[in-house]
This record gives sequence, C-alpha cells and structure tokens, in this order.
Amino acid sequence: MRVNFTVNGRPQEADDVWEGESLLYVLRERLGLPGSKNACEQGECGSCTVRLDGVPVCSCLVAAGQVEGREVVTVEGLAEFAKERTEHAGCASGTCGTSLDAAKKWEAKPGQDSQTGEGVELSPIQQAFIDAGAVQCGFCTPGLLVAADEMLERNPSPTDADIREALSGNLCRCTGYEKILDAVRLAAARQERQGEAV
Amino acid sequence: MDFLRPASWEEALAAKAEHPTAVPLSGGTDVMVEINFDHRRPEYLLDLNRIELLREWEVGEENVRLGAAVPYTQIMENLRTELPGLALASHTVASPQIRNRGGVGGNLGTASPAGDAHPALLAAGAEVEVESVRGNRFIPIDEFYTGVKRNALQPDELIKTVHIKKADGPQQYSKVGTRNAMVIAVCAFGLALHPETRTVRTGIGSAAPTPIRAKEAEAFLNAALEEGGFWDNGKIITPSIAKQFADLCSGAANPIDDVRGTAKYRRHAVGIMARRQLGWTWEQYRGTGRTLEGAA
Repeated sequence: MRVNFTVNGRPQEADDVWEGESLLYVLRERLGLPGSKNACEQGECGSCTVRLDGVPVCSCLVAAGQVEGREVVTVEGLAEFAKERTEHAGCASGTCGTSLDAAKKWEAKPGQDSQTGEGVELSPIQQAFIDAGAVQCGFCTPGLLVAADEMLERNPSPTDADIREALSGNLCRCTGYEKILDAVRLAAARQERQGEAV
Repeated sequence: MDFLRPASWEEALAAKAEHPTAVPLSGGTDVMVEINFDHRRPEYLLDLNRIELLREWEVGEENVRLGAAVPYTQIMENLRTELPGLALASHTVASPQIRNRGGVGGNLGTASPAGDAHPALLAAGAEVEVESVRGNRFIPIDEFYTGVKRNALQPDELIKTVHIKKADGPQQYSKVGTRNAMVIAVCAFGLALHPETRTVRTGIGSAAPTPIRAKEAEAFLNAALEEGGFWDNGKIITPSIAKQFADLCSGAANPIDDVRGTAKYRRHAVGIMARRQLGWTWEQYRGTGRTLEGAA
C-alpha cells in the first residue's frame, strides 16, 4: 500500500508498504531516515521515539497505515522544528521543515567538530547533550532528544522528578542517566535565560 | 494482510461484520509487538485511529463515559477526580510514549490478567458498551473477563465506551514490579470505598487467570464496617479487621509461578497491598470525609 504523510514539515510518500509494517520501518528503510533507532521493537526502550501530531510515541508501535495524512517529526528534523517553534511559534505555511534530502544528509559533523557541534544547526537540546557529555554509544540519544525536547516545550521549568518522568520510557544501556539529566537541566536553564533576554 | 481504515464508527462496525477475524488496532501496545515479532499475522488489521468518538469522554451524573481509545495520558490529566483509581492505574502503564497512544479499550480487548486498568475498573464498578451491526449491549465488568486473554466479545463486536461509576469515596491502586516504568505487573490491587452504598469493592490483577474481585473479602469488610458503625463514627479500623480483609484478599488470588514471580509471592503481595490500601483509603475517608484525589 501507499502511505502519504508529513515528515519533518514536508509531505512524503512511501510506496510498497506492507500492511503490518511499523512507522519506524517506513522511516528507516523506505524514507532513508535512520535517526530513529530500532532496538527492542516492543515499546520498551524508547529509542524509536518520534512526534506524531506533536505527541511523543514509539514509532515501532505505530502501524504505517495509521500515519496516513498525519504529521511526524523525527530527530533529523528536530533542529529545524525547534527553530520554527522559537522564531514563528510553529510552521503554518508548509514551506518550512526539513526536506528528505537534507534530513538524510543530516549529521552532527559535516566537516565540523563533532565534539562541539560548531557550524551545524542543532536544537538547544542537542547542543546541551553535547555540552553535558550526555552521549556515550549514542544509540538511545535520538529518542531521548525527541522526548526531552517535547517535555521542555510543554514544561519549560521542569523539576528533577518531571525530567525523570518524561524520560522514563527511554532506556540508556550505557547507563549514562546522570549526564542525560544534566543535559536536560542545562537546556532548561538556557531556555529560561533566553526567555528572559527576549 | 489487509489494512482497513474506517473513517467512522458505522464503517468500522460494517468492516468488523464483514471480516470478523479482523484485529482492531488502536494504540498498538499489544498488537504491533505481536506483528513485529512475527507472533501474529492477522488477515485484516482494523485501524480505529480515525474514529473520533472513541477518543471522547463525558462526565455524567453517575458515570464517566470513557471512549475506548482515550489515551491513558488524558485519563491521568483530566479524570483524576472522577476516576481516581483508574487515573492511578493509568499512571503505572508503561511509559509516557505508550500512555500517549494506549487506552482502556485495548486493555479490555487483550483481556490479559496483567492489564493495568482491570483492577481499577473492577473496584470502581463499570460496564463495557460493545456494539456490532446487530446493535449494542452493556457487559458488566464482572462478566467481561471470561478466561486468560479471553473476553465476552462476539467476533463481530467492537468495544465502544466504558461506563465507569464516578468515585463517591476514596480509591487506591498499586502494582508490584521491579521498577517504576515499563513493567508488566507481578500483581496489582485496586480498592474503592463507596460510602453512598456503604460498600467496598476490590480488584486483583495478575494473580489469577482473569482479573477478579475478592468478593469474600468485600463481604467480610462490608459486614465488619457496618457492625462496628465505622461509616458513621469514622473510627480507625481495628488491625484484626484489616488483617482478616488482607488474608481474604490473599486467599481470593489464584496465581501461578512464572518468570515475573512465584504464586506464593503474589498471594503474599496481594494481601500486603490490600491491607495498605485499606489504611490509605480509610484515612482519606476519615480525614476530610471525601478526598477523591488519588495519592501516589
């Protein structure tokens, strides 16, 4: 079957989709967006977290056919998504967002220093993960970024309990949770400071 | 495999009538895992995501009419006062991502003895409204669970609405697991005080082939509270009554040994949860009389 939906602000079409296929498989294998990670395939680990109509979900538990006509944001579009949110309070025109080509090419180091993320567009939460040293093997990172970004959108001044709750569906098998919490606190603090400056 | 995407409830009923083997798909928590792991290859998937009425709820005089696909997140955020037990149970479901998609209808459809919502529904009192092209009917929650992962649905029926009694007194819910998020219950327990009828109701999860009530324990406690005039004098429930109640709840369980825990442990834990929840709910009842907010 064919599935038409919006990915990172741009309309996309996936063909030859098997009826039992997950959204995660469509994103990775049909659209070439491997940012969302495939680990447990049963909703346990949160590595495949994306936004579906704004809501964080495990893309491995969404059937491809269920996203017809709906909007998905993946980690590849997170920087642009966060930018639109800050500058225009979201995208109404449909001309913004991240094209599939740009999303496919997205990496944290197009010739630049991957340690600092310099020279590449990062969302505040991505920058905070780099600055706080919250990335170890990196496999859980995309899911955590999407989940953390959504929490900071909803709850700009989270308590530690709020952060733990929001990230409770994301497993890090390097067990780097302390640094991850640091990163989210850092992003929240920066967001607050920016809010004051404006 | 065919993917059926009805745009309305009527279309969904027609599709289910035409293809009784179609597997309803909403939040995907259970169905997608089975497909991902190749445990199940249904001939038809019946997507319910486009049906608005399944995601709506309405607070009535006596009941909350809860659409089968109202996500747990919404129950936690919006129905804490009316359905404190179910709101607490909802909060123990998996993770935020899964609570954003899953709803009570899925729990009922799967009818796993470990489903988190069941003890809360049994304790509060509920009816499940199911419908087919032949018409609708209301199944009392006590008659809904018919076996391990079996329920009272006919092949052409879909779960539409869960009619849950609004809380008229304190309710509690707890679940035993190895961590806070992402656990299937080792066992679970729910308790609701119903001061209007001077009764208590219980629900036990994951400790019998189906979710069950501890009816003997309820009958004992109802009689003991009545006899001691507890509903009027608001005195502390004596330890011997609490112990007897806990023992009877424990005895109502009919658990098995499995990877998550032993039968002995489950029986023990059900008793502990019953005694603690009786303490918590009774304190709420005595204290401000009608604290309906659930505690942690």
